[in-house]
Amino acid sequence: MLTHLSRQGAVALRLLLALTVLLGVGYPLTLVGAGALMGDRADGMPVRDAHGQVVGSSLLAQRFEGDQWLQPRPSASDWDALASAPSNLGPSNAELLALIEERRTEVAEREGVEPSRVPPDAVTASGSGLDPHISPEYAAIQVARIARATGLTEAQVAALVAAHTHDRFLGFLGQPVVEVVAVNVALADLVAARED
Amino acid sequence: MSDTLAGLLTIGAVVLVLAAVYVPLGDYMARVFERTSHSRLERALYRVGGVDPDAEQSPRQYAVAVLAFSGVCVVALMALLMGQAALPMSRELPGVGWDTALNTAVSFVTNTNWQSYAGESTLGFTAQMAGLAVQNFLSAAVGLTVAVALVRGFTRSHAGTIGNFWVDLVRGTLRLLLPIAVLGALALMAGGVVQNLADTTATGVTGAPVVVPGGPVASQESIKLLGTNGGGFFNANSAHPLENPTALTNLLQVLLILVIPISLTRTLGTLLDNRRQARTILGVMLGLLVGALALTTWAEVTAQSDAARAAGAAMEGKESRFGVWASALFAVVTTGTSTGAVNASHDSMTPLGGGVVLLNMLIGEVSPGGVGSGLYGMLMVSILTVFLCGLMVGRTPELLGKRIGKPEMTCVALYTLTSPVLVLLGTGVAMALPPTLDAMGNPGQHGFTEVLYAYASAANNNGSAFGGLTVTSTFFQVTLAIATLLGRLVPIVLVLMLAGRLARQGLAPRTSGTLPTDGPLFAGVTTAVVLVVGALTFFPALVLGPVAEALS
Repeated sequence: MLTHLSRQGAVALRLLLALTVLLGVGYPLTLVGAGALMGDRADGMPVRDAHGQVVGSSLLAQRFEGDQWLQPRPSASDWDALASAPSNLGPSNAELLALIEERRTEVAEREGVEPSRVPPDAVTASGSGLDPHISPEYAAIQVARIARATGLTEAQVAALVAAHTHDRFLGFLGQPVVEVVAVNVALADLVAARED
Repeated sequence: MSDTLAGLLTIGAVVLVLAAVYVPLGDYMARVFERTSHSRLERALYRVGGVDPDAEQSPRQYAVAVLAFSGVCVVALMALLMGQAALPMSRELPGVGWDTALNTAVSFVTNTNWQSYAGESTLGFTAQMAGLAVQNFLSAAVGLTVAVALVRGFTRSHAGTIGNFWVDLVRGTLRLLLPIAVLGALALMAGGVVQNLADTTATGVTGAPVVVPGGPVASQESIKLLGTNGGGFFNANSAHPLENPTALTNLLQVLLILVIPISLTRTLGTLLDNRRQARTILGVMLGLLVGALALTTWAEVTAQSDAARAAGAAMEGKESRFGVWASALFAVVTTGTSTGAVNASHDSMTPLGGGVVLLNMLIGEVSPGGVGSGLYGMLMVSILTVFLCGLMVGRTPELLGKRIGKPEMTCVALYTLTSPVLVLLGTGVAMALPPTLDAMGNPGQHGFTEVLYAYASAANNNGSAFGGLTVTSTFFQVTLAIATLLGRLVPIVLVLMLAGRLARQGLAPRTSGTLPTDGPLFAGVTTAVVLVVGALTFFPALVLGPVAEALS
């Protein structure tokens, strides 16, 4: 039994090493090569400003402080891209209930709307802490405030938001969303162009 | 389009794709394990390993090979994780501590992928791709080998062998998992999943520095789902936008999870030359899956919790691009298979929704279960059902022409008891220790559910978590590793022992007195057995946790 086990152990070790070369080096590196042919798609979807500078990823929310920005959803990890995490607060936890009310009041005051108009995604932290999207409803209540802070017209801001709003994929997959980082890059470019 | 219609169409799309690949993939898998020829690459691997691919193994030899392979893999992976600082592309991260390394190695080798660490801040690229991703392939292949060995127990008569573990392992990996994983990874990359070898730093939109984490993510993601592993490259797992960027990649992920466990029932039917039996087993799996999906979706979509009502929807811990419907679907699929990947925080789900995904694991991962493990799990339940029916009608129980006597039933009974013992013992010990209270992320019943969920996930090799629980203490690392290891290897040894006993028997002729084990009646009884065994065993624990929370 023991000699059988040790003989099988030796087979196991040799096969593991050979398969590691194949599956742990050959397989991923071949796909890295294929990824290089796909450009931005497999490279973290970088987003660039008007000068072509990479300013982040269209897939990762960033912290946007100030009234001139479209605000992303609350983040349990402070938008730290090296610490993705949800809040993991339970559905009956008083702490979560208090947070929801606090966020609702804050958003309603910031946007100057009735608390009842603040949508669910504005008062809940996302699953990754890096959710790059918000609902069209949350974007809609932010337009007036952004226009005031940037000096753009509400129509200009709304047009930017609309340009970066996506319906459900194929009409039925997922949710309609607005891309926060893309809108903010476009806003910054528009403001900079006007100042030039 | 309304959320309801969109959600139902999404589920419809999953059903449609699975139905299209069911027959071709199922039959292909049967050929993978039946053909006797070896490819050149396979021959090279057998030469390196010192394996005679044409020699068969007795059940005992087969089991020893599984155990030896698992042991070697755990030790090698631990060494890789603890010594990662010396490896290339380690992102200047230090070696992983021994207890985290032990927990992680056991977890990935057993197809569990419980994670007590955060990938992006703990692991370098080499540890991820040459360590964890390799085990994502191999642990899934081990599940397949055991399932195939058990099926051979039914198809062979007066046989002393049940196949060759090394050949089954290599074939499952090279002929099945690798080609689909390559296709899946390419599709995920096209959808925006990152696949490079460097983190990118930049000046963000507001001028503050930002990081775009990189890595060989798509290659690992693809096999993470296909092999029903579930261990995320990043801490947020499939909720992370770089692991699962769009609603379309999310659909693809659900499909990758389900495709092998579902199609394996077709493989069973082909190998047994008994399609009715295969359809019966598929029916039980789907019945349980659909039931769990209906309950969870209802609870989540109708916001059955204080927090969800306060917010207006159960969006805490969920991503905007998926919404509630696709998050509920993912949660049920990932726990009904032993995957454990998550695209939303299970801890923040409604009490009923979270309770159902917990129950999904507690009933033994058979709806439809993990790669291979779901099939052998459901065959074990079928034997238990035949035995109970035999007791009721007073006949010797038989399944597919094999008599289920005392030794066979002993294997099945011990199999059925393994996970409940580990779950209840682990939870009980943890709850008795004062530090557990501080480890809980939420107060009250929900905190207890976090602990129960942890041991349920470990012992049933799922790997998902109620993530609020802090599991980095040596106590949790070690006890969860033990539950994980025993929850995998004890059932496997029992299944292989049973396979050997069945293979040695002759085939009993089918008579008018034989209890039919196919058709709706047997499917209904089997479903009842799954639920009654699960419910009776865990009812008290569930009452203390999710049931109490849902009612309060």
